[in-house]
Amino acid sequence: MKHHHRTALRAGAIAGASLIALAGCSAGGAEDPDAAAEAGGELTIWAWEPTLEAVVEAYEAENEGVDIELVNAGTGNDQYTALQNAIQAGSGVPDVAQIEYFAVPQFAIAESLADISDLGAADLDGTFAPGPWNAVSQGDAIVGMPMDSGPMAMFYNEAVFERLGVAVPTTWEEYVQAARDLRAADPSVSITNDTGDAGLATSLMWQSGAEPFAVDGTTVAVDLEGDAARYAEIWQPLIDEELFAPVTSWSDEWFAGMNDGTIASITTGAWMPANLETGAPDAAGDWRVAPMPQWEAGGAASAENGGSSLAVTADSEQAALAYDFLEYATTGDGVQIRLDAGAFPATTADLESQEFLDVEFEYFGGQQANQVFADSSANVVDGWSYLPYQVYANSIFNDTVGQAYVGDTTIVDGLAAWQEQIDAYGEEQGFTIE
Amino acid sequence: MSAPVIVPGVTGRRPSSLRPTSERARRRRPAGMRHRRRSVPLTILMGVAVVYTLLPLVWLLINATKTQADLFSTFGLWFGGEFALFDNIGRVLAYGDGIFGRWLLNTLLYVVVGAGGATLLATLGGYAIAKFRFRGRSAAIAVVLGAVAIPGTALAVPTFLMFARIGITDTPLAVILPSLISPFGLYLMWVFASESIPDELIEAARVDGASELRIFASVCMPLLGPGIVTVLLFTTVATWNNYFLPLIMLRNPDWYPLTIGLNSWNNQATTAGGDAIFDLVITGSLLAIIPLIALFLLLQRFWQSGLAAGSVKE
Amino acid sequence: MTSTTRARRAGAPRLAGLGFLAPFAIVFALVFLAPIAYALFLSLFADRLVGGVQFVGLENFGSILSDPRFWSGVGNVALFLLVQVPIMLFLSLLVALAIDSGRVHGAAFVRLSIFLPYAVPAVVATLMWGFMYGDRFGLVRGFNELLGTSVSSPLAPDTVLAAIGNIVTWQFVGYNMLIFFAALRTVPASLYEAAEIDGAGELRVVTAIKLPAIRGALVIATIFSIIGSFQLFNEPSILRNLAPNAITSYFTPNLWAYELSFSGQQQGLAAAVAILMGILTAVIAYLVQLRGMRREQR
Repeated sequence: MKHHHRTALRAGAIAGASLIALAGCSAGGAEDPDAAAEAGGELTIWAWEPTLEAVVEAYEAENEGVDIELVNAGTGNDQYTALQNAIQAGSGVPDVAQIEYFAVPQFAIAESLADISDLGAADLDGTFAPGPWNAVSQGDAIVGMPMDSGPMAMFYNEAVFERLGVAVPTTWEEYVQAARDLRAADPSVSITNDTGDAGLATSLMWQSGAEPFAVDGTTVAVDLEGDAARYAEIWQPLIDEELFAPVTSWSDEWFAGMNDGTIASITTGAWMPANLETGAPDAAGDWRVAPMPQWEAGGAASAENGGSSLAVTADSEQAALAYDFLEYATTGDGVQIRLDAGAFPATTADLESQEFLDVEFEYFGGQQANQVFADSSANVVDGWSYLPYQVYANSIFNDTVGQAYVGDTTIVDGLAAWQEQIDAYGEEQGFTIE
Repeated sequence: MSAPVIVPGVTGRRPSSLRPTSERARRRRPAGMRHRRRSVPLTILMGVAVVYTLLPLVWLLINATKTQADLFSTFGLWFGGEFALFDNIGRVLAYGDGIFGRWLLNTLLYVVVGAGGATLLATLGGYAIAKFRFRGRSAAIAVVLGAVAIPGTALAVPTFLMFARIGITDTPLAVILPSLISPFGLYLMWVFASESIPDELIEAARVDGASELRIFASVCMPLLGPGIVTVLLFTTVATWNNYFLPLIMLRNPDWYPLTIGLNSWNNQATTAGGDAIFDLVITGSLLAIIPLIALFLLLQRFWQSGLAAGSVKE
Repeated sequence: MTSTTRARRAGAPRLAGLGFLAPFAIVFALVFLAPIAYALFLSLFADRLVGGVQFVGLENFGSILSDPRFWSGVGNVALFLLVQVPIMLFLSLLVALAIDSGRVHGAAFVRLSIFLPYAVPAVVATLMWGFMYGDRFGLVRGFNELLGTSVSSPLAPDTVLAAIGNIVTWQFVGYNMLIFFAALRTVPASLYEAAEIDGAGELRVVTAIKLPAIRGALVIATIFSIIGSFQLFNEPSILRNLAPNAITSYFTPNLWAYELSFSGQQQGLAAAVAILMGILTAVIAYLVQLRGMRREQR
């Protein structure tokens, strides 16, 4: 109830901002996407997602007049940096950019993204899973199309759990105990790795039902000391007892650890299978997927981790054409192309389709893992929102909360420090901090 | 860290060409010293230093022969089960439609134009400072040396915004233009020109009525040879290793130099669906340093004599 | 006639001098001076997500100078400067003197081997050492298994500065060595002959002849190492992916300026950090040079 009220407030405040954004590209906005595709033209797209290449090729084959330049302008923050630079310089801005959900509000509040509701996105309510759809809906405006999603699950190395005689945890309490048991049975094994990851921490808060970031137009209220700190109950003992592998995610040591079984599980988004297949090939057949551990036994609460949208930039002079491609890639034939290449969908039709649910993952020993992911997607906790400057906030996570991992402080104190710096930055940037 | 600077015993005061020629002509290595007894402890000490510097390169060489699986599972300083060097090289060259080759060509372009241009500008400028007295000369020196102290990384944004305004970001020009300036190259050529070109030689040519350009080209250039080679080598290293500037300026991988390309390979595993290719990063790194090392070995006679600036003059 | 010719003669070199310097000067103005001027300009403004660009005068400088993160970064590079630079320069000098003494077997090989890391791009060097530093799968684990030790990865907060120092030393020890070696080669032989006649020992030759002779090279190498230390960026920036807690976003002032401008979009603050660091570096480099010159005059 509480967050409905807040969303409404936010809607009003951002609607004002998006009107201005709309006014800037009303010429493109009035055009019909199908007609634009017919007429042809050139598009520049910045994205790092590997499956998009095939989508672009298929789209070009279907629309002969359209020429798309797909540029990998860097992964994640590197690309945001480039995009912000280009926007600031007012030149070299692509028509379409891949933007992760947590970064969408930041670009939306800076009015860097076009409102695509009038181009047809307004009719798509219900097409996408609620988590991703909420992320691209900024008030009345729709500033992007969900490309994929990351409902969370626990990936675990069943062979290791079996060998060491440890039961797969279903609650966070069991998880801590399993971490201890695994370590006791084999000192080289850790239940998972962590060195402080803002994305994971915020997802854990999300799953626990906390809403640390309340955003209402340009008023921001941050509360990282209340409900949000609950995840520390689980994480702090794991740090204190040195049960985490002190390995940073995505490093060579991380892949090596998943490959040789010393990292026994990863709780993350449903896009993970493709990474496991290429990064931990030796462990094929050993891994399985289980629902995320729960706060209450028998619960099914979940959260999103990662996932990106495709957005049309406010500077694009080809908004209608860009939208036509977006539609193709995120709701049209492009979806199947991307699913075939291993991507995880954000569209409800695919999440519910029998064909999708029946897919057997060879890597997971034939398990129909999509069923776990689809359940997770349906159980993502409502009401979460990111800060309008989450990219910056995440960049200082390790300066504050991260220090708990190297023994200088605790997660709870780290969260307080994080909040302090988030507030200070917000104030400096002209937000009203409550 | 620090960029190229080579200094034949000079600072603060103007590089001196006034030392008695007789003294300078009689350089080191008299017969008596060449045949000195070798010291075993000293050699061992140097051996330790050599192990320290070569160990990482050996590590790189060994690991370039491994498959990704062996990379994760075998001891770093010995070979894995499978000798996959040639396979790795083949995959590096083929990966992403052979983009590694494109990066190599880009790097060569940046080196030839950037380092070549930087050397030319530094040679002309160093010669001017060493051999001419004109208004603003001391100011120019002070400004160049002072500007070196400003951290380049923090100037990247202003530079980027300026370049964006004139529309050259994401083009080779954005990488080449800034690499045309080598303050250290200027400094070296200043010192070198002071030491190796006698004022009398220039005066004599002027009396003969030769134009300044002609004096520079046919009288002075030959004397500056070793210095030019040295500056060229150091600017080549600087351009070959250039990382930060292209990182900011370039968005299209088609224009990446090797350094940025390799880093992007290293980062590409960090995303949903990304392909982890640490084996290719390692082999690619090896391929990226081989040309430079080869160049050093081939040209070492030149740059070593260039470094020992004073000793060139007979 | 004669007087005009003479006047032209006297004037020609002046103009020619400017002409020779002009290409360098023009490009220098474009890629160095203009961005510095622009940075000065930017440092007077704040660009806010809400409210846009506002003139703030010297406020940015005030908030940087009163921010403990700035001083923490300055402290780190100062420590780096005081520890890494002397070690590196001492090693460089030691090797240069050893090779110059003519008493080392395979001197040419030694010289070249130690110089080689200079040809390795900082990116590659850091990726390489990053792989090797790993205590779970890297070389550190390999050695632990081999020797039965339990050394942990040097990428922990207490040791990460040393780990970076090691990479920088590895890259530049040979480069500085070569500078010293080249300077040593310019020492006139007559001085050695005189020393030999006086019966001076090896150590005496080093302290009385060689070191004074290359003082200039030492001063310059020190100055550029100072500049390099204050600008420390590539190594911590790349290692941050492996050690995000040990290397904070304000680990060095330059890294912080980068984070301010790219993660925080705070161009004004970033420009202020750049300018403050530039002034600080220039002052210290100037003091070192003064000191070096004074000694020379003594």
